[in-house]
Amino acid sequence: MYEVYCQNCHMDDGMGLAKLIPPLANADYLRDNQEMIPCIIYHGQNDTIVVNGVTFTQEMPGEKYNEVQITNIINYINTAWGNQIEPVTLDQVKERLAKCDN
Amino acid sequence: MKFKFLFFVAISAMFVACKSDQNSGPLPYLGKQKMVDGEATKHIIPDWEYVNQDSLSVSNKDLTPYIYVADFFFRSCPTICPRVMKEMKEIYKEFEDDQRVKLVSFTIDPKRDTPENLKSYATNLQVDTDKWWFIHTEKESIYDLANEYFVVAYEDKDIPGGFDHSGKIILVDREGHVRSFSEGTEPETTPKLIADIKKLLNEEFPQN
Repeated sequence: MYEVYCQNCHMDDGMGLAKLIPPLANADYLRDNQEMIPCIIYHGQNDTIVVNGVTFTQEMPGEKYNEVQITNIINYINTAWGNQIEPVTLDQVKERLAKCDN
Repeated sequence: MKFKFLFFVAISAMFVACKSDQNSGPLPYLGKQKMVDGEATKHIIPDWEYVNQDSLSVSNKDLTPYIYVADFFFRSCPTICPRVMKEMKEIYKEFEDDQRVKLVSFTIDPKRDTPENLKSYATNLQVDTDKWWFIHTEKESIYDLANEYFVVAYEDKDIPGGFDHSGKIILVDREGHVRSFSEGTEPETTPKLIADIKKLLNEEFPQN
């Protein structure tokens, strides 16, 4: 799934592209904002964010995955490219999706 | 007898050495030839004139001192564009200090990709827009122009992003002939394009 929808922008090495697309590999934003990730994947995001000291302003499109798919994607990126973030459970993802602002 | 055998081996070795030099021929001219006034002419990019990321008028004539690589993209592209741009950037880095090479990216979504937006895109891509031009085009002419660069592009509401287009990166010489290309979506095709750029540089700017 990462390959189909996420890789085009975040790239297969998780490094993103310059100041256009943030990295996911060793990204402090990913590590520090785990509770927001399900909503970001589902609804996309249009905020200005800072990842590893670099500011990103470009909009990210969302993708209407179901909760199982989102859980699997997060668990993939949390442990890929040297990332060592705790896995998330389906219940956690469901709970977080229920609270997305939009 | 032994001498004859060695002689034969030596001649064969020379042949092999000659054959492996095939790569030093000129790059092909891609595209159909047309008959113009009874003469076969090679495919040539037609004249175009638009504005760049600084809202300054640019045309293909401004590119005649250089060889350049071109691609077609749009900023809100959710599928192939970032990957193609990544390859373009590899090419940019390879020839960053070579004044004879330019890069040109045409937007196929001029409505949303205004010059200002193109400028900020280039800034975020962290490239020098003196070397890599981002062109704000006109909807009426850009799809036909893409065709001339052998890049298919068209609007399609059913496709994510609203446009369908190929991720080819095209190499153009100083006369406006297409000489090579790579598939921006296939990074393994980039090294050959870089080799072709070097070949074309030798052709167009021979060292005396």
